[in-house]
Amino acid sequence: MHSSNAALAEQFDDLQQQHEASSLGMWIFLATEIMFFGGLFTAYILFRNFYLPAFEAGSRLLDVRIGAFNTAVLLCSSLTMALAVRAAQLGKKGALITFLLLTLLLGLTFVGVKLAFEWRHDYLEGFAPGVNWTFNGPDSRHLELFFCFYFFLTGIHALHMVIGVGILTVLIIMAGRGRYSPERYNPVEVSGLYWHFVDIVWIFLFPLLYLIGGRY
Amino acid sequence: MRTATVEPGIESRVHYLNASYGIKSWLLTTDHKRIALLYLASITFFFFIGGAAAVLMRLNLITPQGALLEPATYNQLFSMHGIIMVFFFLIPSIPAVLGNFLVPMMIGARDLAFPRLNLLSWYIFMVGGLFTLYAVIAGGVDTGWTFYTPLSTTYANTNVISAALGVFIAGFSSILTGLNFVVTIHKMRAPGLKWFRLPLFLWAIYATSIIQILGTPVLAITLTLVALERVFHVGVFDPAVGGDPILFQHLFWFYSHPAVYIMILPSMGVISELVTAFSKKRIFGYSFIAFSSVAIAVISFLVWGHHMFVAGQSIYAGIVFSVLSFMVAIPSAVKVFNWTATLYKGSISYQAPMLYALGFIGLFTMGGLTGLFLATLAIDAHVHGTYFVVGHFHYIMVGGAVMGYLGGIHYWWPKISGRMYPDGWARLSAAIIFIGFNLTFFPQYMLGYLGMPRRYAVYAPEFQVLNVMSSAGASILGVGYLIPLVYMVWSMRYGPVAGPNPWGAKGLEWQTPSPPPTENFEETPIVTEEAYAYGTEETQVA
Amino acid sequence: MSGHVVSKKLYFLVFAALIAFTGLTTGVAFVNLGKWNTVVALAIAVSKASLVVLFFMHLRWSSGLMRMVLVAAFVWFAILVALTLSDEFTRQWTPVPSSWEAQILTNRPAAIPESNRNAGRGS
Repeated sequence: MHSSNAALAEQFDDLQQQHEASSLGMWIFLATEIMFFGGLFTAYILFRNFYLPAFEAGSRLLDVRIGAFNTAVLLCSSLTMALAVRAAQLGKKGALITFLLLTLLLGLTFVGVKLAFEWRHDYLEGFAPGVNWTFNGPDSRHLELFFCFYFFLTGIHALHMVIGVGILTVLIIMAGRGRYSPERYNPVEVSGLYWHFVDIVWIFLFPLLYLIGGRY
Repeated sequence: MRTATVEPGIESRVHYLNASYGIKSWLLTTDHKRIALLYLASITFFFFIGGAAAVLMRLNLITPQGALLEPATYNQLFSMHGIIMVFFFLIPSIPAVLGNFLVPMMIGARDLAFPRLNLLSWYIFMVGGLFTLYAVIAGGVDTGWTFYTPLSTTYANTNVISAALGVFIAGFSSILTGLNFVVTIHKMRAPGLKWFRLPLFLWAIYATSIIQILGTPVLAITLTLVALERVFHVGVFDPAVGGDPILFQHLFWFYSHPAVYIMILPSMGVISELVTAFSKKRIFGYSFIAFSSVAIAVISFLVWGHHMFVAGQSIYAGIVFSVLSFMVAIPSAVKVFNWTATLYKGSISYQAPMLYALGFIGLFTMGGLTGLFLATLAIDAHVHGTYFVVGHFHYIMVGGAVMGYLGGIHYWWPKISGRMYPDGWARLSAAIIFIGFNLTFFPQYMLGYLGMPRRYAVYAPEFQVLNVMSSAGASILGVGYLIPLVYMVWSMRYGPVAGPNPWGAKGLEWQTPSPPPTENFEETPIVTEEAYAYGTEETQVA
Repeated sequence: MSGHVVSKKLYFLVFAALIAFTGLTTGVAFVNLGKWNTVVALAIAVSKASLVVLFFMHLRWSSGLMRMVLVAAFVWFAILVALTLSDEFTRQWTPVPSSWEAQILTNRPAAIPESNRNAGRGS
């Protein structure tokens, strides 16, 4: 019952089954990622509730312009990724590669801005827990906890972005070799799902870290 | 001892074992059946390492002064015993071995949804195992498999990070296996195989996979936080800087309680198969058992606080968790009642798999009932941290999960290897295991109730008699585990050749030759009858 | 070959909405709404996430099974948060007899000294 088609893997009966299986697989993987970040968010909710003044003070120390800019960069990259998937569905190889490249560049921009401007700045100013913490003012231990969460959350997020950049690189190479077609574009689609998920995590991180409070 | 003559037929037929030769064909295989055997070899290896740690512990506990080992060494041994047995034996055991082998066959598919991911899962498992073994060799870890803070984050000077990393990595293997099974069961069932015609083993595997998918990631982030706290000296779990050590326990047990259901649910699935096959009778209450598996998976996520009743958790949360813990016993009890009703007026045969199944029903029930003792706040205040807990979970994990695993291995062995194991020796081993097990662990209930604390290298002299009994039992249990290793390996070469369905059982896996061809079925089967349709037609014993 | 193809126009509309929401949430952070600031910020974040999930991730046109997977993940996250906080937030509820309270307040041990805290650091 296995129809012969170069794009069809051995274990599947038809392309429809293959497509649905791969999408379902990625959605389930994203569910695991939600739980992974969920553990961190749980801890964050707890400590923000206990030490709100310190968390507000820490939030004010972050540069909201850079945060907003990075948010826009990621939203843009989600748009280009969605357009890339669309190009793959329509068999438009040139557009596919272009949009994948744009997504990749936007992703690199995000990570670059974060590391070069935000993290470096925090490190130099002495707000890097465990590495360079020099703040000695009131409530400094709770402020340090805020920055722990800042670095853990944005760090693990950035790690996921870097993995996404790696995946995009592979996709670009494969697309260049003509591996994707309207019959078989699931790798692009499921990579898109992963990329959008990483964007969604940032959609929550931005207000929870940068906009906590008292910027008025 | 007769040596079996090798039928010419079996050697000339191509099947998954002889389809290709050489180590590359095994290490680069994507055949779910070969991957199952890779896991079988690995987890057997880890079982005996974890078992060796237990042997040393029980030897040390023969005398109250614990003359054999330094307390620091003893702490490392119980930690390694727990880590290896939980993460590298019990959690993979049935899903990775029997699940991998049987899931595609039971649904009439050629392989799992993602065969290469399946192979990757095994490699990830092995890498995790290597990190953990490194931790053992480099001096061990002494935090217990539970890694409680602040010991693990601040005070321990042992290899916490390598051990945690090993477990973290192995967790990915678990997640990916669960993911593979869920997609396969949803998308690749043969025509006519509706959900309520699935063998109950698959319902159990499906429920287990849900737990693996939703729970394991939380363990991953928790261990990451422990490692980050050790490396950067930050204070998420450190009360001196405003952190909360109980938060660690919440995050840890959110996974680790459902994890114990990862360990027992597949075993219950095996028992459902064994009870019906060896009573030659349709299982009683099929849908109840199916739903109870899913119910256990869901409710298991709501009860974790029962590990923390005396840890400083709020009394109000304790009450909530206690009530929920009572509820989680209900679906398990439903299963026990249904299995018993299946046995009633069945045509029962007492081959080794059935002996393991019967042993499971009795021992799991005892272990489960003692769980209710522990779920009761007032009783837990007295027995928490004592050998009562140790007895409880060993009744479930060893008397339950391991016996189900062994029963399943014996039952499906002819399908896996094409040979029958010697049933006389198998029944003897089952009996030795049963006796050794009870002698080891029943005294531990008594010790706990009398007040002997767990995880201690020494104890008060009045506990010695029961400890000696327990250690004696452990030596018998060890013998019981070694015998199958010998005769199973022997049977692969010299056992009588098995036909497609030596037990006369129902199920798609018995409709294909033993051992099966690589693609499992010549043609995709079409399912027209309900599961376990015994008594509707003569089933050929072939 | 299945797979709903979405129009470019819809994608750009969604993108515009996402950017607008981002501007909104940033702007609102500079306005004092008291405790409603958090509520508004989260509501906007959920709206943005929903737009991405429904349109960029195609969930609007996907099967019920995939929606169930997503819902399940959020429900499970909610379980983790709810039951953990049910402990953390109620610990102070247990009343302590007044004489004990006096003892606790006067005999509170000092924080563990730095020199002892990092003793025995291993790997």
